[in-house]
Amino acid sequence: MTTNAEASGPRPRSFFTPTRIVIYGIIIVAALYYLLPLYVMITTSLKGLPEIRIGNIFAPPLEVTFEPWVKAWTSACTGLTCNGLAPGFWNSVKITLPSTIVSVFIAAVSGYSLVNWRFKGSEFFFTVLLLGSFIPYQVMLYPLVMITAQMKIFGTLWAVILIHTIFGMPILTLLFRNYFASLPQELFKAARVDGAGFWRIFFQIMVPMSLPIFAVAIILQVTGIWNDFLFGVVFAGTQNYPMTVQLNNIVNSVQGVREYNVNMAATILTAAVPLIVYFVSGKWFVRGIAAGAVKG
Amino acid sequence: MTEAQSLHGATALERTRPPGLLYNLFVRNISAKLAASPMVAIVLVVFIGCTLWTIWFSFTDSRALPNGAFVGFDQYERLFATRRWRISATNLLTYGIFSLVFTMVVGFVLAVLMDQRIRFEDGFRTIFLYPFALSGIVTGLVWQWIMNPTLGLQSTMRGLGWTNFTFDWITNTDMVLYALLIAGLWHGTGFVMVLMLAGLRSVDGEIWKAARVDGIPTWRTYLQIVLPMMRGVIVTTLVIVGSGIVRTYDLVVALTNGGPGLSSEVPAKYVINYMFSAGNLGQALSASTVMLLTVFVLLIPWVIVEFGPKKHT
Amino acid sequence: MQSSVSVKDLSLNFGSVQVLKSLNLDVKQGEFIVLLGPSGCGKSTLLNCIAGLLDVSEGQIFIGGKNVTWAEPKDRGIGMVFQSYALYPQMTVEKNLSFGLRVAGMKRDEIDSRVKRASEILQIEPLLQRKPANLSGGQRQRVAIGRALVRDVDVFLFDEPLSNLDAKLRSDLRVEIKRLHQRLKNTMIYVTHDQIEALTLADRIAIMKNGEIQQLSDPHTIYNKPVNLYVAGFIGSPSMNFLNGTLAGGAEPAFTTDDGVVVPVGRYVFDKAPTGSAKAVLGVRPEHIVLGDAAKDLPFSTEVEIEIVEPMGSDTLAWTKIGNHAVTFRADSDVHLTVGQKVLVGFDPARGSLFDTASTNRL
Repeated sequence: MTTNAEASGPRPRSFFTPTRIVIYGIIIVAALYYLLPLYVMITTSLKGLPEIRIGNIFAPPLEVTFEPWVKAWTSACTGLTCNGLAPGFWNSVKITLPSTIVSVFIAAVSGYSLVNWRFKGSEFFFTVLLLGSFIPYQVMLYPLVMITAQMKIFGTLWAVILIHTIFGMPILTLLFRNYFASLPQELFKAARVDGAGFWRIFFQIMVPMSLPIFAVAIILQVTGIWNDFLFGVVFAGTQNYPMTVQLNNIVNSVQGVREYNVNMAATILTAAVPLIVYFVSGKWFVRGIAAGAVKG
Repeated sequence: MTEAQSLHGATALERTRPPGLLYNLFVRNISAKLAASPMVAIVLVVFIGCTLWTIWFSFTDSRALPNGAFVGFDQYERLFATRRWRISATNLLTYGIFSLVFTMVVGFVLAVLMDQRIRFEDGFRTIFLYPFALSGIVTGLVWQWIMNPTLGLQSTMRGLGWTNFTFDWITNTDMVLYALLIAGLWHGTGFVMVLMLAGLRSVDGEIWKAARVDGIPTWRTYLQIVLPMMRGVIVTTLVIVGSGIVRTYDLVVALTNGGPGLSSEVPAKYVINYMFSAGNLGQALSASTVMLLTVFVLLIPWVIVEFGPKKHT
Repeated sequence: MQSSVSVKDLSLNFGSVQVLKSLNLDVKQGEFIVLLGPSGCGKSTLLNCIAGLLDVSEGQIFIGGKNVTWAEPKDRGIGMVFQSYALYPQMTVEKNLSFGLRVAGMKRDEIDSRVKRASEILQIEPLLQRKPANLSGGQRQRVAIGRALVRDVDVFLFDEPLSNLDAKLRSDLRVEIKRLHQRLKNTMIYVTHDQIEALTLADRIAIMKNGEIQQLSDPHTIYNKPVNLYVAGFIGSPSMNFLNGTLAGGAEPAFTTDDGVVVPVGRYVFDKAPTGSAKAVLGVRPEHIVLGDAAKDLPFSTEVEIEIVEPMGSDTLAWTKIGNHAVTFRADSDVHLTVGQKVLVGFDPARGSLFDTASTNRL
């Protein structure tokens, strides 16, 4: 028994107990594993090709050069054309902005009507939507190609925007539905008693109270859509390839000398937008991915 | 107003309007129905319609266009007779089991470590999670470079004196799946950690106090009390991670593009190739139907937990 | 007699916030102590310190004569019952009761006999194979008490154990806890914010505020002789009436309210007889104010007008004014009172309490 006749005040404990050393040891080693690729990406992109060929991938650059970045942005070859990643970047912007706005708006309205304006079968549709989020995209891909072709938008930005809106629905609707359900119902009832209708309640009461969840949804969509590869390559058409597709074409193209520094610069440039969103948004990103996993 | 009066009032009101089926279907809450119509349309047309379409046409001998004749299970027989599909499926099985087990275990262990009131918790969490914000393409390309046998980790270690050091998994037919695993774990474990940590933090603090008074060691409390309490979070995470693994596509395209040879091919890639390059729709659609079935099998435990009746003894 | 639990000069700081301020508390063997106070007064914190779930900043804790300040909770000889029950949800009731003992490596038949005894005492034998999710709130709390019982310890700690239950169950379980204490004769320390629980259960009540014990006495003393204005106002529902005024000392002490009503307090037993004249507060409990003819013989009586009548079932609460001071008093529910009615009321100041306005302490 750990009684001590003289004991007084707080328990004596040193900060460096063996358990804590092991805990911190594991965490720090794990952190190094996670940080390593980021470090390698950055250092490689700042090296010249001769320095890379010497062969120490972990060494910091002896001579810092930004040439690979310039080349990656302006003149790296993506298949047949050699205009760098810049066009891909702007394509991604053109895809991400409208897709995010449309999908977040539609999902917010759907979540709102699911919570406050239940209609017959609304829970059925929601359940199918949730289950649908687990269906592999490949299953629905070809019929969607046919539908967009029928609509004469296949191979345009509109097709990609439509597809992102569709596949963003399950997670976003869940997010908004759960959030609206957590708001006090009395507020909604009071507004109805005051004679406010569907849209007035939505825009004047629900939206102002839900700005955090809108931020979470936007963060989720911007990173998700920016990182998409499959839909871009299938639906956008060669002229509109998003950045991820162009990046893969630059790095995995077979012709010519492999310029690893340019490849890594291009990789960082492609990763930059989600990384910035991630580091700036911090806990909101965490909240977004965690909210998707809690029960509906 | 008494209750009887109000009831009477309501019936009188009802009489002034036709309370028929058509009214209920179209007029009541018309704005709400209009607002929900995109969701309804997406569910009916895409998640139900397109899926049924694919299943139906997987029973035809369609080649470049979906116009083939009904051939029963021929496409499925051919699918499982095709070497490339069999390799893809076994690859996914091997990679999937390892990936699922390691992501869950590593994610849980990291979450438990993060739960020990460590300093800079936010900083560490940011580090563990940032790969999840990156695309499969970026992940694949970075690790392709690190694992590059001529200029990456292998040559660096050899240059430092370990001349026999070998790390050529990415070009080694037998090991390439484990190269994929390294990249996949780097990308996904942070996500699992965040979910597990949220689960750990949601456990009532008094449970921990009770366990301390009972004299139960911390590790036993985690394994025998807290872990069983997190069943819901664990099943949900398993299903999300599992269905993500079945979809694995960009990571493979960027890291190995299925190589060397066919040694890292996966079903998702098989479908896309047969759909858009090889012009064999029947094969592509039957392969994707098999993927769909796989996901449904994975979904069963989740459906039981989420929608199943509460148990009473 | 050696005390069972003893707290010496205990302080606890969270950062710069002092949660407990140099507290002293001696609990006798077999005594039932209730820590009572509003939320944030430090009562639960004190209990957690005694349990060893919180590290203290200064001071010592003794249990059964041993210094346990640095001991782990399991080594302190305590059992604890929590507000949320804190049962292990995936284990059956039996496993909940036995888990701690099995981890400690106790022999199987010893565990069985302890579980059997505890479940007999608490009458939970039919529930042993159930899981907590299938128990009612009252049953869960009984199991939680059982988990403390099987530990076969001298000291039971209760942290607001009845707060999650509805009113009916709460009073049932209150009686059961009292019966349990009479049967086991363990030392029990019980935290609550409910004064009825405190008054009914306690041998002694410790009233806490801002991390300090205001008064530690038996329920009767606490109720009738509160040491300061805070305790006087906290205990009792409806609360004590307070009349502000001036107390003149001397051979025939008299209290004069701010608005000139004179109350002779000659028969009042002073803790310390006042010498000069000073600002003071006279406190009178609503049930000590008498109505009608009975008031005539009391040292103080006056005619008042009824302002509000609140029938409470067993009795009736009436609101009125003495001078400008709002006053409530209890009347028998048979007495018919109407608003605006003029009635004679009176009280014996000896049954009231006088407090010094400046120090708020009892005179």
